[in-house]
Amino acid sequence: MELTANMAGNVWKIVVAEGDKVEEDQDVVILESMKMEIPIATEEAGTIKELKVAEGDFVNEGDVLAIIE
Amino acid sequence: MIKKVLIANRGEIAARIIRSCKKLDILTVAVYSEADQKAPYVSMADESYLIGPPRVNESYLNTERIFSIAKEAKVDAIHPGYGFLSENGDFAEACNKEGIIFIGPSSQIIKQMGDKIAARKEMQKAGVPVVPGTSEAVPSVEEALEVAGQIGYPIMLKATAGGGGIGMQVVRSDKELTKAFESNSKRALTFFGNGAMFMEKKIENARHIEIQVLADHHGNVVHLFERDCSIQRRNQKVIEEAPSTFISERTREEMGSAAVKAAKTLGYTNAGTIEFLVDQNENFYFLEMNTRIQVEHPITEEITGTDIVEAQFAIANNERLNIEQHELEIDGHAIEVRIYAEDPVSFFPSPGHISKLELPKGESVRNEIAVTSEYDVTPFYDPMIGKLIVKGNTRDDAIDLLKQALLDYKVEGIKTNIPMLLNIVDSEPFKKGKTTTAFVEEHYLPSLTKN
Repeated sequence: MELTANMAGNVWKIVVAEGDKVEEDQDVVILESMKMEIPIATEEAGTIKELKVAEGDFVNEGDVLAIIE
Repeated sequence: MIKKVLIANRGEIAARIIRSCKKLDILTVAVYSEADQKAPYVSMADESYLIGPPRVNESYLNTERIFSIAKEAKVDAIHPGYGFLSENGDFAEACNKEGIIFIGPSSQIIKQMGDKIAARKEMQKAGVPVVPGTSEAVPSVEEALEVAGQIGYPIMLKATAGGGGIGMQVVRSDKELTKAFESNSKRALTFFGNGAMFMEKKIENARHIEIQVLADHHGNVVHLFERDCSIQRRNQKVIEEAPSTFISERTREEMGSAAVKAAKTLGYTNAGTIEFLVDQNENFYFLEMNTRIQVEHPITEEITGTDIVEAQFAIANNERLNIEQHELEIDGHAIEVRIYAEDPVSFFPSPGHISKLELPKGESVRNEIAVTSEYDVTPFYDPMIGKLIVKGNTRDDAIDLLKQALLDYKVEGIKTNIPMLLNIVDSEPFKKGKTTTAFVEEHYLPSLTKN
C-alpha cells in the first residue's frame, strides 16, 4: 500500500527505515506544517519497502511518503 | 525614549504593533522572509528588510541577522510580538548586551517562567494555587504509579520536553497509566530526545481563564481582568471572550489579586498573562505565565479601553503606569475568534492561494489581519490568517454581532475554520456559556455527526 500525506508540509522526521517491519497504527513519518507536527501512521502492518521522501522535503497533500508491503 | 523599533515578528501582530507605533510617533522597521514579501505589515512599516528564506530558523529566529538589521536601521528597541523570540531569555539578554531595549520583562523572568518546574515553584512561593502534581519529572512507570496513588485519577500525563499537544494524555486508571506512560514516553523520546514525563491532576470540566497584567519598573502592577479562552482545538485557542460568563465577582477579584501578587513577587515588568485552570467550583490553579503580548489581547483592550501595545512601550520607556486598579472597569463584552487556514473538521492545515478575501465591517467589528486577497498562505508558519473581534453591550449582543460578522467573512481558495466558528457561536451550549476546555470534543464534533 501507499502511505500518503494528508496535508501539505515538510517532512519533519522519518521514524522508520527501509526494511523495517511496522505494525498497524505505527508512526512512519512526521509531517510539519503551520507549526503543527502530524504523525502519519500506517493503517496496515507490513514492511517498509521504499521511503519516497527524505527529512526536510516538502510534500503536497496526496503525495506518496512510503510504500508498505 | 524609544524613537525607532524593529518588530521581530510577522503577520497580524506585526501589523498591530505598527498601528500603535504610528499613534505614538515611533518609527517602525519590519523584517520579512521570502515567503512574506507581500504581507500587509511589510508595506505598513516605515522601513522593511528581507531577513532570509522562509524557514523560521533562517528568518524570524535568525538572531544574528536580526541584530545586523537592528544596527543598520539604528533602532532603539525590538518588539518581539508573540511566538518566535518573544519568550527566549537568551535573546532578551543579547538585546541588552547590544544596547537595544527588549520590549518585555527581564531575561531572568522569561527563563524562570519558561521552565515549567521553576514557574510552578515561583507561583507556590507567591501563594498562588497550582494544580496538584509532580514538581519533578517522573522517570519510570513504577514511580508514576506511586504518584498516581497520591494525587488520584484522572491524571494528565505530559512530556517535559513536549509542545503542541504531543505526549499529552489523560489517564483514569493504573492500567491506562502504565500503557500511556510507556507509549508517550517513547514518543517523547523519539520526538524531543527526552522521555521524562510530568503528572498533573486532570481538572474536570475545567475552564481556561487568564488574567492580563501590566507592571512598570516602579513596582506598580494592575490587572485588566480576565479572558476566558476555554474553547480550543489541538490544545490551541480558537475562541476567547472577556469577561468570563462563569466566574463570580468574588472569584474575579481573587484571581486578579493573585495575578497581581504573583507579578509583584516575581518583580515582573511589562505586559504579561497568568493562565489559570478554573474548576466547576471556581477553584483556580496556575497553569503558566506568558511573558509577552497575547494573541487574544484585543478583547481586553475592547472591554477596558486600553491599548496594551502602547502600555508596553510606555513601560519599556521607564514610565509609570498611568492608571490605577480602582479606575479600571469592565465595559461590555468582547469576543475574539481566530481565523485559521485549516480544515474545519480534521483541523489539518490548509495552506494555499487565497483568491478572494472580504472582511466584515461595522463599528463594533475589529479585524486584525495577516493576509490580503490574492495571497499565498504558506506552510511555514502558524495557520492563523486573522482575528475577528466584536464588542457588544452584553454577551448576547456580542454573539449576534459575531454571527453576522462571520457570515460576512469571505475567504476563497483555501479551507478555513469559519464553518466551525459559526457552528459553535450559533450553538446552544455556547450561548449558555458552557465553555469548558472540552467544548470541541463534547459539543462541536458530536454536532457534526448528528447533522
